[in-house]
Amino acid sequence: MQYLGVDLVKPKAAFFDFSSCEGCQLQIANNESNLLDFISLMEVINFREILTGGKDDYEIAFIEGSITRDDEINRVKNIREKTKILVAFGTCACFGGINKLKNKFNDIEWVKKEVYGNYPVETNDKVLAIDEVVKVDFYIYGCPVNKPEVEAIVQSIALGREFRYLKHPVCFRCKEKQNICLYELGKICMGPLTRAGCGARCPSNGNSCIGCRGPAAEPNIEFMKKIMKKNGFTERQIRDKFELFSAFKWEK
Amino acid sequence: MHSEKDYLTRVEGHGTIDIKVKNGRIEKAEWQVVETPRFFEAMMVDKHFDEVSLIVSRICGICSIAHVTTSIRATERAFGVAVSEKTEIFRRILMNAETIQSHILHLYFLALPDFLKAGSIFPIIAKNRNAAEIALRLKKLANDMCDVVGGRNTHPMTMIVGGFTRFPSKENILILRKSLDNSVSDLIETSKIFMSFKIPVFERETEFVSLKGIKNYPWIGGELVSSDGVLKNENDYKSMTNEFMADWSTSKLAKLSRGSFAVGALARINNNFNLLHPKARKICDNFKLRPVCYNPFMNNIAQLAECFHVVYETIELLDKALDFDLSPEKVEVKPKKGKGVGAVEAPRGILYHCNEYNEKGRIVHSDFIIPTGQNHANIREDLNKLVKDYSKKGYPDKEIELLCQMLVRSYDPCISCSVH
Repeated sequence: MQYLGVDLVKPKAAFFDFSSCEGCQLQIANNESNLLDFISLMEVINFREILTGGKDDYEIAFIEGSITRDDEINRVKNIREKTKILVAFGTCACFGGINKLKNKFNDIEWVKKEVYGNYPVETNDKVLAIDEVVKVDFYIYGCPVNKPEVEAIVQSIALGREFRYLKHPVCFRCKEKQNICLYELGKICMGPLTRAGCGARCPSNGNSCIGCRGPAAEPNIEFMKKIMKKNGFTERQIRDKFELFSAFKWEK
Repeated sequence: MHSEKDYLTRVEGHGTIDIKVKNGRIEKAEWQVVETPRFFEAMMVDKHFDEVSLIVSRICGICSIAHVTTSIRATERAFGVAVSEKTEIFRRILMNAETIQSHILHLYFLALPDFLKAGSIFPIIAKNRNAAEIALRLKKLANDMCDVVGGRNTHPMTMIVGGFTRFPSKENILILRKSLDNSVSDLIETSKIFMSFKIPVFERETEFVSLKGIKNYPWIGGELVSSDGVLKNENDYKSMTNEFMADWSTSKLAKLSRGSFAVGALARINNNFNLLHPKARKICDNFKLRPVCYNPFMNNIAQLAECFHVVYETIELLDKALDFDLSPEKVEVKPKKGKGVGAVEAPRGILYHCNEYNEKGRIVHSDFIIPTGQNHANIREDLNKLVKDYSKKGYPDKEIELLCQMLVRSYDPCISCSVH
């Protein structure tokens, strides 16, 4: 591949999954029309889900999932030591994601018992995002990640260009699409607080934004809570939305 | 602790194969599931029914549509909600889209490299561009179906309790219909590619569990059946699965009439062969897949036959959908205290969700039983027999190792889903 007429050395990339649904890795295989070009950007040398015989001399590591067990802490530290660039790939990696719903319970023994009865299982008290364990260089938000955005970020990493994250909220894109505001329809929506980049996909399909991409650059969280309350939503309903992907802190 | 290199590749989630053969005798032939549990059943407690299907869709990135469909079915049955024919048709279309997406991903990206002695799809893309392009076209078709009907190709959000937030336009339906018509030639090419492969010879008699079709090949709800003659009501899913734990697996396991059973495409075809579309049956004939087929490697072929079935079935469903008014629709949902069970056929086999609610429509207790969890014990028994059979035949260790990996892959295990 060439950039400005110069042959590029393809960065060696690796993909790793931790506690997750592996849906973000699946997105790599999607967007079929330019998949073959996209793959040619990097030399994928380690990707357990689709590749046998992985190697360790990678320069970029994409990490999917959150950290829920000690062996995962060791694995991710080990990867951090080997790689130059570490990318938190998807909401679970960036924030802990849906897995952090488990953290709302203080009694981990109850959590274990609820699912496995008296059978012994290993899990840590609290689920952690990747940057709570090791340093993260890039974040790719979304549950799942949005493939065009993945492509843009991977391009900028491969070409050594700065990537500018969108600062504005989903709400802007939703307005652009001329959707009727969901608050007008009596629904609660995280669009005014959540970072854009998904093309306002959920509201455009008649569903509230569920905040999977985390906060926009300067969200006015306290004021939005007031608006939500003014629209008749209970504290409990608001907290449900804030807690869902663990990307928004609920302080009360 | 297992190192990165120990995990079996080209499967979803973390599992390892541990085999020891000494002087021609097997000391160990084990399938170990080491995936981290995420405790979804606990996370659900106190969650409102509006959010339940959104959360459980995150159990799995590959079969999220099946999880949403099952979850919604369980909730609707708990509340006594009946949905329209239009909603039912679009749910089926979405399920079919996921079946194609998952089967094609498995056939081309995960299984095919073994048959071509490659480590991944990448060298195949370089050498056999035609096969790669067929795979990508078929996958794109499935993803487009998910996008158009589900709002997104992973974790769909248009499908809700009581109906849909949005239906596709007639224009988009017609585009999908045309793409489905065109996909038949790609499927025929796919079957030619797989006809050129040598499917490993191996059999182990086992029990197969699936939904039981009456008039149609079953995908959503209905009775539960096993090839050993067990017939249960959907609500009675627990006695169909009898979950248990073992020290080699972080996933719960299942059994029925014997120590293990199998679910998935082969189980569905074994139990519902006569309900397959005639053209899908023809594919089975070409590969000599006849019920009851006890070769787990034939699960790949069963997936291929199902792709044909699903394409023809979806064309019929889209034709029906064109007769409807396609404005959004949702029947009234009033939460009430109670418990509901949903069973659907996910691409990898029968999936159960049970949601128990309080009067406010918040979860009191939930239970999910995932296809791969039901397969783990069977995979382990198969591995044991495979190693015995092929050691007796005098196969070298390297070849047995590859066969073992292929065997596990043939089940298309979704390990993180099974541990959830």
